[in-house]
Amino acid sequence: MKPGGDSSMRRGAGASLALLVFFLAAWEWGPEALGIPSFIVPPLSTVGAEFVHAFKFDHLLLHTGVTIGEVLAGFVLGSLLGAFVGYLLGMSPAAELALSPYILALQIAPKVAFAPLFILWMGFTVYPKILVAILIVFFPVMVNVLTALRTIDPDLINLARAFTATRAQIFWKIEFPTSMPPMFAGLRIGATLAVVGVVVGELVGGNVGLGYLLTFGEGQANTPLVFVSIVMLTLVGGIAYLGVILVERRVLHYLPARGIGGNL
Amino acid sequence: MSSFPTSIPIRLEYRNVTMRFADRGGQGALTAVQGVRFAVRDGEVVSLIGPSGCGKSTLLNIGSGLMAPSEGAALVDGAPVAGPNVHVAFMLQKDLLLPWRTVAENAMFGVEIQGVPATERRRRAANLLAQFNLAEFSDHYPHQLSGGMRQRVALARTLAVDPHVLLLDEPFSAVDAQTRMALQRDLAQTLSRAQKTALLITHDLFEAVTLSDRVLVMSRRPGAIIDEIAIDVPGRDDPIGRRADPKVAAYVARLMDRLDIAHAPLERQPAEGDA
Repeated sequence: MKPGGDSSMRRGAGASLALLVFFLAAWEWGPEALGIPSFIVPPLSTVGAEFVHAFKFDHLLLHTGVTIGEVLAGFVLGSLLGAFVGYLLGMSPAAELALSPYILALQIAPKVAFAPLFILWMGFTVYPKILVAILIVFFPVMVNVLTALRTIDPDLINLARAFTATRAQIFWKIEFPTSMPPMFAGLRIGATLAVVGVVVGELVGGNVGLGYLLTFGEGQANTPLVFVSIVMLTLVGGIAYLGVILVERRVLHYLPARGIGGNL
Repeated sequence: MSSFPTSIPIRLEYRNVTMRFADRGGQGALTAVQGVRFAVRDGEVVSLIGPSGCGKSTLLNIGSGLMAPSEGAALVDGAPVAGPNVHVAFMLQKDLLLPWRTVAENAMFGVEIQGVPATERRRRAANLLAQFNLAEFSDHYPHQLSGGMRQRVALARTLAVDPHVLLLDEPFSAVDAQTRMALQRDLAQTLSRAQKTALLITHDLFEAVTLSDRVLVMSRRPGAIIDEIAIDVPGRDDPIGRRADPKVAAYVARLMDRLDIAHAPLERQPAEGDA
């Protein structure tokens, strides 16, 4: 099926693993060898020890859990809203024409800049963080759905019409499934952006979440804790991204197979 | 003239059909087809040939109810076509298969839209796929098939709705020559066996002659019918055998002459399908 096949894939995975080992080793012994003090780049073992410490005494699990919850809520709500508006505008060119300048303006505005405003409105709760995530996830999903509907082959619609399809049938049997691959591309982007939105919200104000832990570590000049927070945030983003890919594989099972890295 | 006597009922009829489109600038109109009239009788296969942009596809869109003519009317079984209806099915050069549906599900697309019960549509799809040697590919997805197989699935989808009239717009022009001949044979056999009425648009003069009972020649835009040739060669269900008949070459020569192909200027033509 694919050129190279199994052996080239195994070689790629092996090289990837070797790179990881090299990176971790460089992290552990590199700073000392280069004379970098540990409050600038703490070695791997120090960060590992801090991880255990944070887990025991700094409620690391709680902070991670809150951030995951906010990311999940923001991602799900933002995706739903983005898809809904995308389909709405896709089916009504008049609405798209009327709303597109405002949508564009809102898209250009840096969404994270809204974080302080939302905190002013809603206080030090989880809601402003979720709202930033919703706003940031909304656009890639909406734009991809809208573009998918705009670029459907008109002959496909005509074929359905010639078979006496109703408007609803055209949507459910053609437009909706056609929009799935681009929508998942939008969801992948949204999954990683949701983490950015939530973290910025937590950095700006609050006393819980990994973003808060990040500023807490910074305030104490606790570089290892900052590293722990960054690693945990990367993990949260990675899990969110992987979750989207797993669902995508089920939904888009009909597409020719491709590797996980093939479409990052 | 035709092998189809007037006692056989008319399935598809174009009555003085004229189609004008608004010009791109918005001023004036572009006449795509002008006063087209012809009738196709039950079980008859008629081909429509003509230069690019002469409005062949426009006629097909009018026949399937996707477009309303500016003047005149298309009639199916004597009733004016007011919109898409279950008696007419069309097939294009593009297979238009849905990538998320299996072969069987794609073949069932039309009958599913028309609300045929699930067991009945599965039965019809299975029958047609078996007929086109696609039974073992029922659960495959379109991307796993060759171009010729995909086009056969499209043909199965068209036939599954059991239409009175088939409208075929260059159905085989996107496949290679050998596959095309096999597809032509399959189509000819199916049309003959099921006694279907068909209007076939094609650029391939041999295809027009070997598949049809009658060939209509259209002029440059504004398209009008300028000639009608009854194909008096036996074996309409066997286009490959028909090809060997010496009369076929004579018909093709006459069509070339009518289309003035030898002297046609090499001008930039609008893409077929635009018209």
